[in-house]
Amino acid sequence: MKYLEQYRDKNLVLKLVDEIHKTTTQPWTIMEMCGGQTHSIIRYGIDKLIPNKIRLVHGPGCPVCVTPKEMIDKALDIAAQEDVIFTSFGDMLRVPGTHEDLFSIKAQGGDVRIVYSPMDAVALAEKHPDREVVFFGVGFETTAPANAMAVVAAKEKGLTNFSVLISHVLVPPAIEAILKSDRNEVQGFLAAGHVCTIMGYEEYEPLSKKYKVPIVVTGFEPVDLLQGILMTVKQLEEGRFDVENQYARSVSRQGNDPAQHVLKDVFRVIPRKWRGIGEIPMSGWGLTEKYSKYDAELKFGVIDTTAEEPADCISGEILMGHKRPNECPAFGTSCTPESPFGATMVSAEGACAAYYKYHRLT
Amino acid sequence: MCLGIPGELIEITQNVGLIKTGKVNFGGIIKGVNLSYTPEAVVGNYLIVHVGFAISIVDETEAKKVFDYLKEIDGLELNE
Ligand code: SF4
Repeated sequence: MKYLEQYRDKNLVLKLVDEIHKTTTQPWTIMEMCGGQTHSIIRYGIDKLIPNKIRLVHGPGCPVCVTPKEMIDKALDIAAQEDVIFTSFGDMLRVPGTHEDLFSIKAQGGDVRIVYSPMDAVALAEKHPDREVVFFGVGFETTAPANAMAVVAAKEKGLTNFSVLISHVLVPPAIEAILKSDRNEVQGFLAAGHVCTIMGYEEYEPLSKKYKVPIVVTGFEPVDLLQGILMTVKQLEEGRFDVENQYARSVSRQGNDPAQHVLKDVFRVIPRKWRGIGEIPMSGWGLTEKYSKYDAELKFGVIDTTAEEPADCISGEILMGHKRPNECPAFGTSCTPESPFGATMVSAEGACAAYYKYHRLT
Repeated sequence: MCLGIPGELIEITQNVGLIKTGKVNFGGIIKGVNLSYTPEAVVGNYLIVHVGFAISIVDETEAKKVFDYLKEIDGLELNE
């Protein structure tokens, strides 16, 4: 496929690897922000191709992973109700809440349905006016415009039986939380290409200046990732700290205007709890007053609980870049994708799940 | 989760009010896509699509630059 295969070309990959080896003289720690990037890096063995001196750590950019257990519990509560059709992206179904997951609600007779797009959930609400249709709106800035448009469409169509359980998180506040930590070792970031496709990268410029870190907006294919790493290493070796854009075929500095316009109308910035990390100030989106009628939390009156990760799970350390999955004693023994303990094992894009799938045991 | 797949816009199917939709070909698989966030998209454009929405039009000039850059690395090696 055009714009896919070329970026997996072996010769180009080897050329970039060679260039990274020539450029690297000192040890550097670089974090890729997005779970999709983590998955590609491990899948294509990019971590093994680059010099040992470069330590790649894996950021909190997997929205499935960082959705707090409390939010899953709320989803389970709503999905179990009789007149509800509960819709979600497929990857949320096997994420365990405190006691069970959405699959088990489905097995017990709950009407839980996987949708490809939030607009499919709106169509379901139109088709079933006698049922309450709820969409589980998780994701980063990339997914938020689609979820926002579903709410706008429901309002335009005058639907009263549609609502969304919103759990949106934002990337720049997470980068800042990582950089602020006294234990931070991350010296450069690969920012997430599709998040920046929506938001642009102006927001990253003050971060890069304040904390003196290079931030390179990077795509998802092997050639993209290696070029992103090379651009970051070059900056580090030269003592520069700029925001650069490797993924310019999709990302502009100002981002996607029409999408930002709708986002501003539908969402407002609020504090959010991140599974494994805890609360990060102003790090998420919730619905604005104008759309509060579509807020499933208000509609169903689900209550706030608190849920903790098991004590021996180090997923918080992993998401902050302090540790890597195979440094966890439970990794691959008591904790596996079939029975995950923590945030980073619950989704295929989580760092622990990627390490497990591609046998990064040591 | 933030997976975005490039595909070619082959048809505009609806263009009323806020909602603009089209058909996108992903290497032989054709899917309906919401174009509300890429209103300027025309047939023949490559779009990055995420959960049923086009989020950007692939910039062909920028796409080529990666390969030009790699050629440059080659050129440098030849001059060494
Ligand atoms: S392997 Fe399991 S227990 Fe260990 S950090 Fe990852 S999710 Fe937590």
